[in-house]
Amino acid sequence: MADPGRLVNVEAIKADFPILGVESHGRPLVFLDSAASSQKPRQVVDAMDRYYATINANVHRGVYEIAEAATNAMEAGRVAVGRFIGAPKPATEVVFTKNATESLNLVARSWGAANLGPGDAVVLTQLEHHANIVPWFQLQAERGFEIRWIPLTPDARLDLGDLDRLLDGAKLLALTAMSNVTGTLTPVTELTEAAHAAGALVSLDACQYVPHLPTDVAALGVDFASFSAHKMLGPTGLGVLWGREELLDAMPPFLGGGGMILNVTLDGFTPADLPAKFEAGTPPIAEVIGLHAAVDYLDALGMEEVRRHEVELTAYALRTLTDRFGDLLTIHGPAEPAARGGVLSLALRDVHPHDLSQVLDQHAVCVRPGHHCAKPLMSVLGVGATARASFYVYNDASDVDALADALGEAADFFSF
Amino acid sequence: MPGLEDLYREIILDHYRNPRNRGELETPPAVRAEGFNPLCGDEIVVYLALDDDGVVSDIRIGGTGCSISQSSASMMSAAAKGKTLDELRELTRAFKSMMSIHESTLDADGEPVEEPVEEPAAAVKLGDLEALRGVVKFPVRIKCATLAWNTLLEAADEA
Repeated sequence: MADPGRLVNVEAIKADFPILGVESHGRPLVFLDSAASSQKPRQVVDAMDRYYATINANVHRGVYEIAEAATNAMEAGRVAVGRFIGAPKPATEVVFTKNATESLNLVARSWGAANLGPGDAVVLTQLEHHANIVPWFQLQAERGFEIRWIPLTPDARLDLGDLDRLLDGAKLLALTAMSNVTGTLTPVTELTEAAHAAGALVSLDACQYVPHLPTDVAALGVDFASFSAHKMLGPTGLGVLWGREELLDAMPPFLGGGGMILNVTLDGFTPADLPAKFEAGTPPIAEVIGLHAAVDYLDALGMEEVRRHEVELTAYALRTLTDRFGDLLTIHGPAEPAARGGVLSLALRDVHPHDLSQVLDQHAVCVRPGHHCAKPLMSVLGVGATARASFYVYNDASDVDALADALGEAADFFSF
Repeated sequence: MPGLEDLYREIILDHYRNPRNRGELETPPAVRAEGFNPLCGDEIVVYLALDDDGVVSDIRIGGTGCSISQSSASMMSAAAKGKTLDELRELTRAFKSMMSIHESTLDADGEPVEEPVEEPAAAVKLGDLEALRGVVKFPVRIKCATLAWNTLLEAADEA
């Protein structure tokens, strides 16, 4: 495995990811779409294979040896994930869902439905992903509260000029820690303090944050944080909701079924304690074990190092692309690498993102065209779609160079 | 491996750079339909006006999108003028057939029966639209090419 703590040797890291050895259109894969989903190191896949080959069994209700082993493995995964994000009480505050979208829906359906009504307000930002917008619209139709929006500056940062008025009387601030379109890092701690001072809770969309920066939910001060395994080297089918224990304790269950009850009679049921209360049905056991392996892999690299590498690579990308393309290429979001993550939404003049991505695909460069599930943000940026390139631990300067060359080909192909 | 020249024929890029029949029509008497591409980033608005004989007297295209969706819409608008609604539907079927999309119907047992793959009937001339034949080699982009046509069908149903 790569030398722990030093990401300079990305070549060694790439060797841990079998898919990066695959060719596309006869060229080595240049994978720049980790913001959509990350690749998996063999350590993660092997951990899941080993689980299925040696201790696979349903959890929590078995007495035989491998059922106990499976339960222990899953709960060890829960604690590892909790520790990774600085949860004060990992064993009870980490809830497993099927993805971050479900986690965000859980907050809306369980906390929101019990706490919001006419006269209340929920504050969103114009950076938000649909997963932290649509559930609030859905709930608003039932519960009749007001939705307010924190607007943006021209370089896609939050415009906090009107914050006090927006938070006045609000009960919740639903906020992304990093935009999946512009890479903008939001001032989470500052906003959380302001929200709490106004009497509002904070539900954080941490999908782009947890995989890329050292995370400490206690230090951030937030009340809920949602993220997905598959964006942080883990498998699909698994999300995490972290919530402060006293909040989760007070919330009604989300999905109903087996595993989340203490008792069921002909007349009704009693919900289970945390975290089981929010985990109805058989959980994604193998996936939790895979996420545990992903967390171990990231811990071995060191999240400070992961962030440092990404800031450097982003700086290199911004420099390289601006030098080479000038006005021809718009890169949305903050110009300062330290103010953003390695998510670059690109617009090559007169070339639509679909067409741009098509040319890049011919060169095995993988970027994603579209609105990235952030249509309100698209309309604020004044575009219908962007072509998005995003970096992670297995990317280096050669990937940026390949991107620049392919963009050059696209500019040539569509020029007149 | 298909090359980009299969996808981006000159005539496609011409229609992309100089799209025909852009604009709006007053509704009513024209009808308006809007479409979004699941491969997100394309939006099409189709305005359709018919004369008293049920023949397309005017058609306008609005919206933004990629070269494939916009050029397909532009070429469609040129081909649609002077056609009856039935001819429009036939033209749409022929175009989709070129995109390898065939209507399937259910037989007496409720099993799907695919219509046999065949070239568009000689009566249905695709003309410039033939240039989009290469889209078939890039399946993800088929929805870009058919967006305008699906939107046209919606407008036709309202007319």
